[in-house]
This record gives sequence, C-alpha cells and structure tokens, in this order.
Amino acid sequence: MAINYQDRIPNNVDLGSNRTLQRALEHWQPEFLNWWQELGPRDFQVADVYLRTATSVDAKGWATYGFVRMPDYRWGIFLADRDPERKIGFGDFYEQEVWQQIPGEYRSILRRLIVTQGDTEPASVEQQRMLGHTAPSLYDLRNLFQVNVEEGRHLWAMVYLLHAYFGRDGREEAEELLERHSGDANKPRILGTFNEPIRDWLSFFMFTYFTDRDGKFQLKSLAESSFDPLARTCSFMLTEEAHHMFVGDTGINRVVKRSLEVMKELGTEDPQAVRNAGAVDLPTVQKYLNFWFSSSLDLFGSEMSSNAASYFANGLKGRPDETRYEDHIAKEQTYMLDLPDGAGGVKSEAISMRNAMNEVTRGAYVTDCDLGVKRWNRVIEKAGYSFRLSLPSTHFRRNIGSWAGVPTDPIGRPITREEYDARVGDWLPSESDRAYIMSLMRGVHEQGKMAAWIAPPDRGINNNPVDYEYVRMH
Amino acid sequence: MPSVNEKELVTFDVAPGEYRHWRLTIDGRVATLAMDVNEDCGLKPGYKLKLNSYDLGVDIELYNILQSIRFEHPEVACVVLTSARERMFCAGANIYMLGTSSHAWKVNFCKFTNETRNGMEDSSQHDGLKFLAAINGACAGGGYELALACDEILLIDDRSSAVSLPEVPLLGVLPGTGGLTRVVDKRNVRRDLADLFCTNPDGVKADRAKEWGLVDDIAVPAKFQELVRARVQALVNDSTRPAAAKGIKLTPLAREIDDDGYRYQHVDVSFDRSARTATLTVRAPEGDQPGTVEAIHAAGDQWWPLAMARELDDAILMLRTNELELGLLLLKTRGSPQSVLMSDEVMLEHRNDWLVRETIGLLRRTLARLDVSSRSLYAIIEPGSCFAGVLFELALAADRSYILALPAEEGDAPKVALDEMNFGLLAAVNHRSRLETRFDGNARSMAAAVEAKGKLLGPEEALTAGLITVAPDDLDWEDEVRVAIEERVSLSPDALTGLEASLRFPGPETLETKIFGRLSAWQNWVFIRPNSTGEHGALKLFGTGSKARFTWERV
Repeated sequence: MAINYQDRIPNNVDLGSNRTLQRALEHWQPEFLNWWQELGPRDFQVADVYLRTATSVDAKGWATYGFVRMPDYRWGIFLADRDPERKIGFGDFYEQEVWQQIPGEYRSILRRLIVTQGDTEPASVEQQRMLGHTAPSLYDLRNLFQVNVEEGRHLWAMVYLLHAYFGRDGREEAEELLERHSGDANKPRILGTFNEPIRDWLSFFMFTYFTDRDGKFQLKSLAESSFDPLARTCSFMLTEEAHHMFVGDTGINRVVKRSLEVMKELGTEDPQAVRNAGAVDLPTVQKYLNFWFSSSLDLFGSEMSSNAASYFANGLKGRPDETRYEDHIAKEQTYMLDLPDGAGGVKSEAISMRNAMNEVTRGAYVTDCDLGVKRWNRVIEKAGYSFRLSLPSTHFRRNIGSWAGVPTDPIGRPITREEYDARVGDWLPSESDRAYIMSLMRGVHEQGKMAAWIAPPDRGINNNPVDYEYVRMH
Repeated sequence: MPSVNEKELVTFDVAPGEYRHWRLTIDGRVATLAMDVNEDCGLKPGYKLKLNSYDLGVDIELYNILQSIRFEHPEVACVVLTSARERMFCAGANIYMLGTSSHAWKVNFCKFTNETRNGMEDSSQHDGLKFLAAINGACAGGGYELALACDEILLIDDRSSAVSLPEVPLLGVLPGTGGLTRVVDKRNVRRDLADLFCTNPDGVKADRAKEWGLVDDIAVPAKFQELVRARVQALVNDSTRPAAAKGIKLTPLAREIDDDGYRYQHVDVSFDRSARTATLTVRAPEGDQPGTVEAIHAAGDQWWPLAMARELDDAILMLRTNELELGLLLLKTRGSPQSVLMSDEVMLEHRNDWLVRETIGLLRRTLARLDVSSRSLYAIIEPGSCFAGVLFELALAADRSYILALPAEEGDAPKVALDEMNFGLLAAVNHRSRLETRFDGNARSMAAAVEAKGKLLGPEEALTAGLITVAPDDLDWEDEVRVAIEERVSLSPDALTGLEASLRFPGPETLETKIFGRLSAWQNWVFIRPNSTGEHGALKLFGTGSKARFTWERV
C-alpha cells in the first residue's frame, strides 16, 4: 500500500479507517514532538537538513530526498506489505497461520518485547543529542540527523503496535517510552548501555556499527514473529537500519584511512606521532572497537535463557533469517556452549538449542561484524602496513551471561583479576585515550571542509558531491 | 554457612558473619540487609541463583541474620530489607530449584520460608523490631512476599521497576509464602484488583502499586533514599527496642549428630527408624540458675530458656528437613518440674528486659514451628519428667498426651504444672494460648486451669482438668503406649498431615493460620497436580520454552 501523506500521521496502514486508533495516535503525536524538541538533537532544530523520507515501502520508492527541518520530518507508520500466504516459520506452531491479532496468552510477553525494543530507539537519539556540535563535516552532520530521525520513526513503529494491539496498557507504555530518558537517574532507559551518553564521533561510528547492528539482529529475529504486524513493522525498519550501519562502517573506514595517510606522510607507525599529527592511531581504534563490540554483545542476553527458549517455542521471536535453518522446531537439538570452568579454564557444555537462541543470534551477529573488520583490514593491508584490527572474543569484558565478571584477555583466555587490571589499559580506551579523542572533537560546519582526523567519504549522498551543503544553518 | 554433607544432611548452621548471599550493615538503630545472592552457591547442585533468586540456603542465612539482629544487636529498631543489585530487588524463589526438587523438599522449603516471614511479623508485633522493604528494582514472587512481611513497603519509581506475583501465569503454581493472603488480608488490596495483579506476569509499577495499596509509598531514584530514611526514622520512633542495650553473643550450637540422633546440651533426639518415630527429650535446668537481669545477661546464650529454645528450634528444623519418614515425634522431658517453674518465675519477673523478652519470643516462634510441623506429636509423660510451665507447652502442642498413672506404692507418679507462661505469652499461630485453643469456648475448663496455676498436678488431677488425653496405669502403660504408637505410624501420612493441621487450630483464623492452611492445602495440591509438575506441567517446563499442556477440567 502506498504511503498516505495527506493524513496528519503519514501511514500505509489505512489509519483513516480506524478513528479510535487515529485519535489515540494523534494524541500521542504532540507528546512525541515535544520530546523531540526537548531531547532530540540540540541546537539544530531550525536547520534545513537533506533527509530521505519513505514514500512507499517497496525497494524503489522508499528513499526520496529533500531539505526538511527535523521537527517537520514526516514521522509515520510504515509496515512492509502483508503476505497473505505467510505461515508461522518456527517453534511449536510451525506452519500454522500467522496471527493478525495478539493471542491473549502472549499479550504480556509481546508487550515486553516491543517495549524493550521501542525503548532503545528514542534512547539512542537522546544519547547522541550533543554530537551535532562536534560533527567533522556537514556530510557527517546530515548522516547523524538521518540516523536520529529514523530512530524516531522506529519509535513510532513500536508505538503504533502498542496503541493498535495492546489496549490501555499499550497506551500507557507508549507514554512511558517518552517518560524514560537516557541517563536520567530517576527515569532511566531500560537497558543499561542506552543510558551512557555518546560524547565523541569515534564512539558514534562504533555505536552505529556495533550497537545498531545488535538492533538489526533483534529486528531480524522479530521480523520472523508469528505476530504478523510486528514482523511487517520490523521488516521495514530493517531497510532503514541498514543506513545506520553504513554510517558506522564508512565512518570507521575513513578514520582508519586518515590514520594510514598520516602514517604514510610521516613514514612512521608510531601511535604518538599519528596523534601529534591530529589523527587517530590504529591501536586506539582497536580499543574503541573492543569497548563497543563487547558492550553490544551483552545486548543479546545470557547464553542460556529461558526467555529466549519461550520466545522461540511460542513463535514470538525467531532466529535471524530463520529460513536458512533446516530444523525450525529445534526441540531435540543441542548447542555446544563455551563456559568458564571456574578454575581459570574453559569448558564445553551442551545445552538445549532453544535455550541457546540468544547465543545463536549472537553468533550470527559476530560473523556479520567481522565483515567490516575484514574490509578495514584490506585498506590497511593495501596501504602496506601489517597492523590488523580484530574482534575480541565473545568472552571478553562481558557484564551479562556466563562470562560476566570473568576476567579474560581479548582472545578470551581467562586470566587473573590482577593481570586484567594491569593490562586493561592496552585493551580498552583509557582516560587519556578518551581525553585525546575528545580533544579532536571540534565541529566543522563549513561547507566542503572535513576535520583532520577523518578522511572524506568516497561519495556523497544521493549522487550529490561530498562537499554539498547537506545541512543549511540559520 | 548452611551445608549439605556427603550424606546429604542439611543443617541450618551459618558461621557467624559468613554470609554468602546477604550484606548486613548496622548503623546505630538501623540494620540494612541487602540481598546479594551468589548465583554459584546454591544449596544443591543443578541450578544457578540468578537475579537474586533464592533457595533454602539463602533463606537459612536470612533466618540466622534475623536471629543475630534480635539477640546480638538489641539496639537495632528497624531492619531495612533491600538489594545490593542495581534495578533488581529479588526475583523470588529459584524456579529451577523448585522444578527439580521433590515434592517434600518444596513443601518443607515453603514452610521454613513462611516461618521466617511470620517471624518478622511476630518480632514487629511483640518485640518492637520493625521491618521496612526498600524495593530498589524489579521485585517478583517471593521477593514481593518478603516485602509483604515487612511493616512498610517502599517502591522505587524509575518507570521500570514493578512488584509482581507471577506464579499463576508463569508457573502454574501459587505464591508460596503467603502472598495471596497478605495482599488481601494484610494490605487490604481490593479483591478484584488483587485478581488483576496476581494474573499479570509483569506486575504493577510504582503509581498503580501505590494506588492499589500494594506498596505504601514510592519515590523517584533521586528521592528514594531520602524517603527510606524518613520512613525508617518513623519506624525507629515506634520501636520498643532498647537504644542503649548491649547484645549477647550467639555462639554456634554444640550439637553432635550420630546415626541414631542429634545430641544437644538440653535437648536430645533419638531415632527409632524401624518404628518410624523419634523421641525428642528436653531437659530441665540443673543447678543454680540466674535470678537477676544481670545474671541472665552474664549467662547470655547459655541461659537455659534461651539455650533450650535454640536447641529445640534446631532439632525441629533438622528433623523436618532430614528425617521425612520419622512421622511420629514422642515428646518427653527430664528433670525437676520445680526447676522449670522457678526458671519461668525469673523469666516472668524480668519479662520487660529486652533479652528475656526476645527469649520468650524465640520460645513462642519455636513452639509455633512445632505446631505447624507435619509430624504426629505424642507427649509421653513418665516419672522423672518435668512437663511444667514452658515445657508443659510441649504437651499442649501434642496431638495427644499420655501420662503414667502410677499408684503411690509404686513410687512417685509424674507431675505436671501450669504457670503464667501457659496463659498467652507463647501464643500459637492462631494468636491464642494453647490452653485457650484446647478449651475453645469452654469457660469452666479454662477457669479450672487458672485455678490450677502453680500447683503440681498428679495424673488424675491433670486428666480431670482436661490437660492430658490418657492416663494408663502401670499395668497398661507399656502396651497402651506401644499400641498407640504402632497404630499411629500405620496410618496414611498424608491423611494424618491433613487431619492434624485441621484439628490443631480450632476457632477463628488468623493471617498465619490462613497462610499455613492454604499452603498445606492449595499450594501443596497444586504442586502435585499434573498441570504444574506433570510431564507437560507449567513448573516442569518452565525455562524450556515449551508451553504447558493443561488438563482443562476444573476441580
């Protein structure tokens, strides 16, 4: 269905035919706009930003570009088209009809899934709200805002589901999504990671590469859901999420590239020399990577999870790309898990596959993350340097699951707490590393200019040149 | 620490200060008890105590800490129960532990946890020790039930944390530590709202929790500690605990365990496995006993009433947990009835002293533990026994009592005696003395009992006063008692448990009798139904992801 932009709330769900729902959402809309004004990108609300907006949800039509002030962005409700033939793809109800309404017995659990996912969307906007001031270029500033408005739209997607399918409880939860705020000690966001502000652009790129990729895998799992409106919502969100990871992928790539240029110019790999020249040395990139990768791994939850088992069994949340698996019931299978043996070693334990679904998804995520690392390493290799970036082990620096609080080195070997404390400065950003990165954070808002710590992108947005005026200040 | 040795014997011992699951800090008149469960230290293998969930081991520590606060820290007026974790107060009893435990283990676990929570209310009501639950994160099931046992409940308003009783929707069982009863009977939550609350696995967050009466007050995180402090202060002001008192030390019990029983200083338990009985003997104080408050404090935990109560308490717990097949307890006493009466007199004279008061409290809770034990109880009253005063409560707690009616020419017949201790200080869970319960509504019997106070009564007098069930003479005694025992142990243990629980508390219900009654009836029934513990039952399948398959008939 084409997107209706005539309604106050753009939508492709024929909102006009459901007056009650339309009224409820129209009541929520001004609250959302207030939230955006208060906690969205700081100080850039009147700038004209070159943003893309969806006009339909098919492959061709959803990206049209134009200048818009962010508060005027047409946030709305877009679901992927309904497939009338769609059947449940996994779990105990495999091959039965998908659900167009929520079965009463899964109401609480689905509401919790949607609220948890929904809470991260505005949280990331709040975390990033100060970054506009220190953008390395107008191109990057525009990308930041594109990411922000789309996270806002993802909030709309979740709020639509809450309003349309969960009655009074759903409406209350929708309000709460605007009441909780990232980093607010009194009303924190649900997941700990989303309460830490993102203060610098290296972290922003790492966040969009690693943390938004967790979002991608969560959405892929929910896109398999037996609850069809949730599946369709998440399918469309995935097309938007891809851009966020593109921002991270190319962002890190450009930081690496700039670093290599400086190394070449100076004829040295010495990190301090690279820093003296105003670029980010590769060991620091690795440390930021270690930090963000490991914190994003926690978002998948415990290796052994009764919730994950129940989500899978009941068809609420599947595995990403469920069709690629042969056995969609996964009742008799086991999964081999690496666990700390409590004596400084690692042991393998077979657990029920259904209880291991978080780990299955985490595994797919790690493989996906590695693709970018390979790309960045090719750039380094081409430049003639032997340094290689790498993903740390999934055991490293975990705060959730079996490895939580078990000190390991980045390749996952358990070590003593003393050794960990002694070496953590080699593995994670130290205070001085962070201070150095912060010292680079000076906004470059002039058309065609680029901060010295990052290389320009290979191409601009929508065939425009890199030095296009992507954000027009007023 | 509580431990399970190679013979799988569970003890209730905790080495002082060695807490694995709780952090206790005492600041003046306030003790803060923060739950911080070590997930790798479950009492039995096979489950991890995640998310501040608990098993018997965690609760044994809680019980020991509360005992320590009662006796070693009399200055503490208020205990704040909270969590050392961020955004997680307590997830309740560990579900995997429940799912893998035998029926008997579950029932025994629930009974002990209930007694500990009832004990908190008992201490608040009688001894002025106040409790405040500072719920600083998610609080589910047994976590909320622990809070319900407190005088006041405060919930953090961080837009996420909720209180919940998710047992029915998630596990197909009932809240096992009085949750349902306390929600409606203690907190007076309207019953339809309670119905909504107890069927919603997500529970209720701050505003509504307060509105419905599930909690007393709420505050945002920045204001939460301030609210806690203010409410604690109010509870401290209400407390009758002595601000300037100095506690005594509770030393570990000297207990020997052998194949045939448990041996303590004043209490002895001897098993007769082939007869499926255990003889529990309590000895009277011997030699000079303290007569003044100073002497009592100097004696400390060696003071007979306190030492005896601690030993009896431990013996009951050990028997209940480890000796499931010893279905009949033969209650006996040894020593001089006069010594017990004199000891009682000292206790009564100094009952306003905090240590004496706490000791009476421990005696009350210990005897109450006996009342709700699923064991048949016979008091066997022989020559050389001392069923007097506080120890006569054992005879009153028993389902039946037998006294040997020895003719004068054959020697000294056993004597029993009542004193003030039998008239209310040691009330059972129905909030009445065992005498009142015994003579439920019979004013004449009660008046006769009052009349008999302080006198040593022979078998005939005791029988006539209705204090004893049967008084066989020396010709019949051995056979009569033997047959009564053999007959009892031949009956269905389940039917006996139900029978005894039904007959022990005539008269009006109290919160505690309702809780125990419903625990032993409804919860234990649900626990054995296929819908919870069958192959496709909800409790059995929890965590596997598979959905329970219920049999739909309503019973």
